[in-house]
Amino acid sequence: MAPRKTAERAKPNVSKDDLLQYYRDMLLIRRFEEKAGQLYGMGLIGGFCHLYIGQEAVVVGLEAAAKEGDKRVTSYRDHGHMLACGMDPKGVMAELTGREGGYSKGKGGSMHMFSKEKHFYGGHGIVAAQVPIGAGLALSDLYRGNDNVTFTYFGDGAANQGQVYETYNMAELWDLPVVFVIENNQYAMGTSTKRSTKSTSYWERGAAYGIEGEEVDGMDVLAVRDAGLRATEYCRSGKGPYILEMMTYRYRGHSMSDPAKYRTRDEVQKMREERDAIEMVRQMLLTGEHASEDDLKAVDKEIKEVVNESAEFAKESPEPAVEELWTDIYSKEIPQETA
Amino acid sequence: MTTEILMPALSPTMEEGTLAKWLVKEGDTVSSGDILAEIETDKATMEFEAVDEGTIGKILVAEGTEGVKVNAPIAVLLAEGENADDIDSATSPTPEPASQEAASEEMERPASDEPRGKGVEKAPARVAEEKPAPKSKAGPDWPEGTETVTTTVREALRDAMAEEMRRDGDVFLMGEEVAEYQGAYKISQGLLDEFGAKRVIDTPITEHGFAGIAVGAAFGGLKPIVEFMTFNFAMQAMDQIINSAAKTLYMSGGQMGCPMVFRGPNGAAARVAAQHSQDYAAWYSSIPGLKVAMPYSASDAKGLLKSAIRDPNPVIFLENEILYGKSFEVPKLDDFTVPFGKARIWREGNDATIVSWGIGMTYALEAAEKLFEDGIDVEVIDLRSLRPVDYDTVLASVMKTNRCVLVEEGFPVASYSDHMASTIMQRAFDYLDAPVVTCTGKDVPMPYAANLEKLALVTTKEVIEAVHTVTYR
Repeated sequence: MAPRKTAERAKPNVSKDDLLQYYRDMLLIRRFEEKAGQLYGMGLIGGFCHLYIGQEAVVVGLEAAAKEGDKRVTSYRDHGHMLACGMDPKGVMAELTGREGGYSKGKGGSMHMFSKEKHFYGGHGIVAAQVPIGAGLALSDLYRGNDNVTFTYFGDGAANQGQVYETYNMAELWDLPVVFVIENNQYAMGTSTKRSTKSTSYWERGAAYGIEGEEVDGMDVLAVRDAGLRATEYCRSGKGPYILEMMTYRYRGHSMSDPAKYRTRDEVQKMREERDAIEMVRQMLLTGEHASEDDLKAVDKEIKEVVNESAEFAKESPEPAVEELWTDIYSKEIPQETA
Repeated sequence: MTTEILMPALSPTMEEGTLAKWLVKEGDTVSSGDILAEIETDKATMEFEAVDEGTIGKILVAEGTEGVKVNAPIAVLLAEGENADDIDSATSPTPEPASQEAASEEMERPASDEPRGKGVEKAPARVAEEKPAPKSKAGPDWPEGTETVTTTVREALRDAMAEEMRRDGDVFLMGEEVAEYQGAYKISQGLLDEFGAKRVIDTPITEHGFAGIAVGAAFGGLKPIVEFMTFNFAMQAMDQIINSAAKTLYMSGGQMGCPMVFRGPNGAAARVAAQHSQDYAAWYSSIPGLKVAMPYSASDAKGLLKSAIRDPNPVIFLENEILYGKSFEVPKLDDFTVPFGKARIWREGNDATIVSWGIGMTYALEAAEKLFEDGIDVEVIDLRSLRPVDYDTVLASVMKTNRCVLVEEGFPVASYSDHMASTIMQRAFDYLDAPVVTCTGKDVPMPYAANLEKLALVTTKEVIEAVHTVTYR
């Protein structure tokens, strides 16, 4: 059960269609987030708004390793996860603007959205609270005897929370089919990993609980996908949890009100220029002659339209009816789990 | 001078126990640390060790004797040079075993009524030394003529879980010591045998983690029952209970429910001091999205817990360690449930209304009895559930009696009684002939010392005084 670090692996095989799909999915997240930032600036989105720009390869790569019925749960930096698992950009954007057409009818906001249909279990605003919840979702699959897994995402900041380790212990003890995905974007709000953490190799902590894990280049969507396939295969076969530490980077601030004093502009710029996940796939498509500049321009245009439509919808959708203040506090019926 | 070996207290709330087995006989020499006997309490069977060395001169209490009071002499130890003749003839004789009446009542209990798991050891017989709880004059929750069975709150809770687990395969129990230990307070006794380790899950001592796992399992469509060894430890899990379990339905616009129960003993037990003696009723009752039940009687414990398990919302189910061993009548019905939000009138009266819930009811009922002897006839209402709560029954009673006293063990500041008093003032002000009085625990951390602990809790005397205050007599 000794954990290991990912060895140098051969360049993975990928079909043209898959590569183009990853490009499209990552670009949708980036354009969506840029638009959300813009709407925030216009005062249409309130409160906290945590953008995912820079980290797109993580969710898109892992969704490529998911199968129907797999569950996912994450923190408040959740827009990318929702788009990647197929939730409607209109519903997500309208939730950001607090409108009736949002996934939570405007009552959850940026940090609290859910979709039973897409097996997306939030959207949680308290750092690391989603980690035991993810293990519990995995428990429900184990209880029912299916081979689904739960992707439980959390950041390097959450990785220092006690409940993560309580959960590691029980997840391994009970062989829960959960993939713990540490999105290490190197900053917990404004505190860099080396200022908050003595041993910054978070995945290695799994060893104390007997959990397998590995570090993954989270800016490389293919490396992410392959690691995801290894992890899910491991979990589906009944061996218990698996940790993937995704080395990634967020280009934007922690939230919209981030003063960005804790890192240099150069550091961000260097990452954007040298390690950008979308640019990497774009180059693969072009150099492999899977797509022409014109083809990609068409994709860009198409994505832009989807995002603009979502923004229009989010602006036009009415505010929730005042009666909604008093609904959904108690459930009358047990909600039926969608198969 | 011979030494008496006394019946030991093996838990903070133990008052008596069964001398299950002697492991020594008269004439045996024993030294410190030797196991003398097995003592069975309502919680567990434990070994009892010798403290002094010597020879067992006489066994005073035969094995199998039930209802041996704590501190009653059970054997006499002879020091070197002493012999059986030295035994003081005045040594207290064997206490009466469980009164014949109580014992035969136990025997008559039809076995079929007890839905026990295969191979489940019968819970130790209760000794009905407590006065039978008064029955509601306003009528209990079952049809007249229904056969009832004397049941402890402990057994009622176990029966409720067992029945619901038989009924619904998605219901499971998790918590510390719920499985192999058979429950820290023996509530889950026998459940592991019947339902297996998949559905009765022992957890490590990690309340925050396992409460969160249970919330996730509920999001995933299962119906977990989380047992907290006591609600004092649930503070470690507070974020998952409040932020994850209670609020998600709302935050998801109604998509994602959390059908689960958090249950366990709440409030002061006995002599366990400040960190283990807090009543959380007011805390949980202030949270929209949670339901809160706090039963007093065994029938309410059973009926409300069954409702809680079936409820599609997160339910906080506040039990009480002192009440676990109390016996009450429980109706012999296939599927007995008690709805939330319906108070029970235990006693009708016209002079004043006492409102309480949970263990507060013991003071309320005792006070009512004594007041009746003094010619003051009070109505006693058991709220049973605090969220939702039955305002109507309380208000109707206050409109009849025009006076109200609220009784709870919790802290006085921002108490549940304060909320109810404020509601009465706002909705029945014109009917009040006196200010509503609240009788609560004192505004101090629970002290350990026996005399101070008594002072810190609400007392029957205070309730009686409060009724005198509101009735001006």
